[in-house]
Amino acid sequence: MNSSLDEMYRDIILEHYRYPRGKKPIDKVDVSTAGKNPSCGDEIDVELQVENDIIKNIHVDCKGCAISVASASMLAELVKDKPLDEVIENAEIVRKMLKGEEENLPEEFGDIVTLKGVRKFPVRIKCALLAWLTLLEGIKNFQNGDGRRNQIVSTEEQE
Amino acid sequence: MTSDLKSEIMTDSKKLSFDSSKIQDDFPILETKINGHRLVYLDNAASSQKPEAVINALDNFYKTTNSNIHRGLHTLAEKATNAYEHCREHVAKFIGGVSCEEIIFTSGTTESTNLVANSWGNENIGEGDEILITEMEHHANLVPWVLLAQKKNALLRQIPITTDGTLDLTDINKLINEKTKLLAVTHMSNVLGTINPIKELIELAHKNGALTLIDGAQAVPHMPVDVKDLNADFYCFSSHKMLGPTGVGVLYGKKEILEKMPPYILGGEMIREVSFEKVTFNDLPHKFEAGTPNIADVVAFDTALTYLENIGMENIRNHEIEISKYAIEKLTEIEGITIQGPLDETIRGAAISFTDRDVHPHDISTFLDSRGIAIRAGHHCAQPLMKVLKTVATARASFYIYNDRADVDYLAETVKEMRRYFRG
Ligand SMILES: Cc1ncc(COP(=O)(O)O)c(C=O)c1O
Repeated sequence: MNSSLDEMYRDIILEHYRYPRGKKPIDKVDVSTAGKNPSCGDEIDVELQVENDIIKNIHVDCKGCAISVASASMLAELVKDKPLDEVIENAEIVRKMLKGEEENLPEEFGDIVTLKGVRKFPVRIKCALLAWLTLLEGIKNFQNGDGRRNQIVSTEEQE
Repeated sequence: MTSDLKSEIMTDSKKLSFDSSKIQDDFPILETKINGHRLVYLDNAASSQKPEAVINALDNFYKTTNSNIHRGLHTLAEKATNAYEHCREHVAKFIGGVSCEEIIFTSGTTESTNLVANSWGNENIGEGDEILITEMEHHANLVPWVLLAQKKNALLRQIPITTDGTLDLTDINKLINEKTKLLAVTHMSNVLGTINPIKELIELAHKNGALTLIDGAQAVPHMPVDVKDLNADFYCFSSHKMLGPTGVGVLYGKKEILEKMPPYILGGEMIREVSFEKVTFNDLPHKFEAGTPNIADVVAFDTALTYLENIGMENIRNHEIEISKYAIEKLTEIEGITIQGPLDETIRGAAISFTDRDVHPHDISTFLDSRGIAIRAGHHCAQPLMKVLKTVATARASFYIYNDRADVDYLAETVKEMRRYFRG
């Protein structure tokens, strides 16, 4: 079998891709952001319900490749019930891991470490980053009192 | 015997001699292993591979002939000039027997369209004029016109496409009208594979007083093209998609039109006489070839043309009709796979786009690559077309002379394996 292929599409990633978490719509939406990957066409909507600066509920809807969908699903799992500031730190750690600047993730990151395999496929790093960058933008807007801003985040400008 | 019948019989007898597996032996790269598998190269619409003869021609030029052209008076300069100009004669013959003055070497189709937009377009398009393109254009035959139209306050209009991926000509008599100054259309779509009825469109454009530019990047490599018979005013294509080196393109233009156009790159080689006060431009085609051109690659392109002629463009077309038919048959059999473009192999080329109901094109392409198959996934430099197709990207397998039915079988099997892999 092809090892770098199976390293990128680890079983855990394929499992998240087939059964993504956070698909269920939420009733109360305090933060809403959209993101896209113009070069491959991946699109994502992230919605949060925030109470006392804690993410009470999250809804992610990602249309894209296996990597972007799995990454979004893992994100939904990680950030629920966490304070916004901690989530910002978490997203930064994930970004560093994908860029090869961080090797070991804290235990609580669970499956996310499996996304490391995309590093061998540089063009796919953007796919793994999409959900995280979109979430960060949403939180930033929310903290600026503008959580429902309808501006689309693009991974291209972040590169 | 009518000439039609004659060519049919000739084609038939020649067809028997078309043997992709023999052709494969001429392409050293096909021996490469990709991720432990035999390379099955199905990204020919992006760029073709090169036969040994072309690689040798390039090597040989630098070893025996290398020199600048048109300026030295020594033996090598003359030899290099002759080799370069020989290719021009060859190109002129290859596309239907036009004059050498009408063949301009550029760096590729993209530079060819840009040359026309910047030179002819800049002089001849004015406020309220219309430029007509189609919804299936490559960015190379789209972006120059979008910008020109903006700059000149002209109107850029598009011929729409139907759901089966052919041009929708219902309103063509309104779309081409007395305001139309240029019709710029692709001969064959790099995404859908559709071969457009350009001869009819050119005639209609001419009736309305418009000029025509044909993007032949996907046509000239794959079928006989006679620009005189088509009566195209400009015709553009690239060497690298037809077995030749990268960095060489062709702009064919009718002499009487080219003569009136100003050069768009200025420098050496394109002037006859120059002082600090006045410049007289050189004759065609040199007026449009300022500076030192891509000599070695042009010379090797000559060899690519010979290679194609030895196989026969008619034979290549027939081979691709056959392989398209087989590939469409095999791919449509697979649950969840949809072909984007015409299903009738007689009105299309062998660039076959498909989408999977469940799997993103990038995942398809990564998986196929792990099995040695090179395809293209993405928007194929045709973002407006993706919008029309209501998709963001497609996977595209594009075939050429060295591809055979075994490649199609392997592709179809691997696509099935890919679906099992991602769907679980
Ligand atoms: C239809 C079409 N037009 C234009 C181009 C641009 O060709 P080049 O990149 O060689 O300039 C291509 C190739 O990518 C093409 O497929």
